[in-house]
Amino acid sequence: MTTPASIELVCPAGGLPALKAAVDHGADCVYAGFRDETNARNFNGLNFDDKALAEGVKYAHARKAKVLIALNTFPQASNWSRWTAAVDRAAGHGVDAVILADMGLMDYAAKKHPNLRLHLSVQGSATNYEAINFYRERFGIQRAVLPRVLSLAQVEQVIKNTPVEIEIFGFGGLCVMVEGRCALSAYATGTSPNCQGACSPAKSVRWEQTPQGMETRLNGILIDKFADGERAGYPTLCKGRFEVDDETYYAIEEPTSLNTIEMLPELLRIGVRAIKIEGRQRSPAYVAQVTQVWREAIDACKRDATHFAPKAAWMAELNKVSEGQSHTLGAYYRPWK
Amino acid sequence: MNRTFTLPAFILPAVFARLGPKLPQLPPTLALVAALNAALGRLLPREPLEPLLGKRVTIKVLDAGMTLRFAYGERGFRPSFDTAPADLAMSARARDFLALLLREEDPDTLFFSRRLLMEGDTALGLQVKNTLDGIDLPRLDPATLKSHLAPTALLERFVARLAQRAVPHH
Repeated sequence: MTTPASIELVCPAGGLPALKAAVDHGADCVYAGFRDETNARNFNGLNFDDKALAEGVKYAHARKAKVLIALNTFPQASNWSRWTAAVDRAAGHGVDAVILADMGLMDYAAKKHPNLRLHLSVQGSATNYEAINFYRERFGIQRAVLPRVLSLAQVEQVIKNTPVEIEIFGFGGLCVMVEGRCALSAYATGTSPNCQGACSPAKSVRWEQTPQGMETRLNGILIDKFADGERAGYPTLCKGRFEVDDETYYAIEEPTSLNTIEMLPELLRIGVRAIKIEGRQRSPAYVAQVTQVWREAIDACKRDATHFAPKAAWMAELNKVSEGQSHTLGAYYRPWK
Repeated sequence: MNRTFTLPAFILPAVFARLGPKLPQLPPTLALVAALNAALGRLLPREPLEPLLGKRVTIKVLDAGMTLRFAYGERGFRPSFDTAPADLAMSARARDFLALLLREEDPDTLFFSRRLLMEGDTALGLQVKNTLDGIDLPRLDPATLKSHLAPTALLERFVARLAQRAVPHH
């Protein structure tokens, strides 16, 4: 059994305190975005301006952690220069990599900043090694974040056939996983997560406590109703309960969170190079709690993968912060391929 | 664990929720408004609160039976006597509001477990939440905090003070 030299823990930061919390609690890398539609967490008041990013990069680098900037939405002809300017800004801050989804932007970054490390975003939706190797040959990408649709055996197959480092999602909210191509939110709200960076933008979300329970509406459409004490999920169409054939249920998917901690020995064995924690929209408290658990788990697994078992306390801490009623191994654990 | 102090889980006795609504809401509102105004411009910068200008906010402390209505304007926070639905209303128990203030809990975590409800203008609420999360507060060194707040340390200081008083000064 060969164990890779390193597996990086990649943690989210929606602001400077979250970045510091990630670094303080053991993140190897922190990923962040600018305050506009150039990234897929373009929410009110979230993300970094130049001053906060400069301080964040300084803070992380002083503690040997890396900063990655997500520029993972898709520019259009009318706003192309906003994305290229964002690449230039990121490069100017001396970040360790940019996470891109759009091929045109990747071409721009590769030509304009040949020393800037490029990661292929999950939004690029590359699920096979031929696609990933094409990105490498053409743009020199050094890492690809895999969409959450592959089984573990498929992830292993990709890793065996590419020199590109493979990063996978380890923990956090799940969506319908047509990454980079989902049109559900745009259908209901007119705002596209892929181009404007906001799935279920706050301006379209309303919560209201009624005698029947807490109602969630997206642009006026009732998407869910929660009884008292029933765990809630994010106000997205994919996690709504709808009436289909006289039955009201999660017709698209249930609100659950991904948690792959029990697969850590396998992930190390097959050569996964980085594990991503979802949640740039979350507060510093979440980042601190989740980073700390994953740091402990990865260190424990590296020390002794054979006898590794998730601690009950880790799982309890992670379940506490999770969306929905349960956690899942997602597609990673799936007998069919 | 790096944190040495965490807020214990507690719910105020049911009598608070029962009696609270029958008590005048102005004194606790005044206390909250005074605290917010004292923090304004210091711990709480004005610029990120700009979207709140001219808006009315309601804070419902469920287990205390308190409904605190206030507004934010150019001159700071002030009590509001308007009982129409506020622009933004947040409901939670006292413990969870405190945990949010101390950055011990993530609002989404509380929302998922139905311990926090945000009604009204969600964009306004998210703007304020994210902006407050983005403020890089000076951090207390956990070791210092522990040495000051640990029960033994408190007891030691109390005993030392008693001893000091007991010893006649000549």
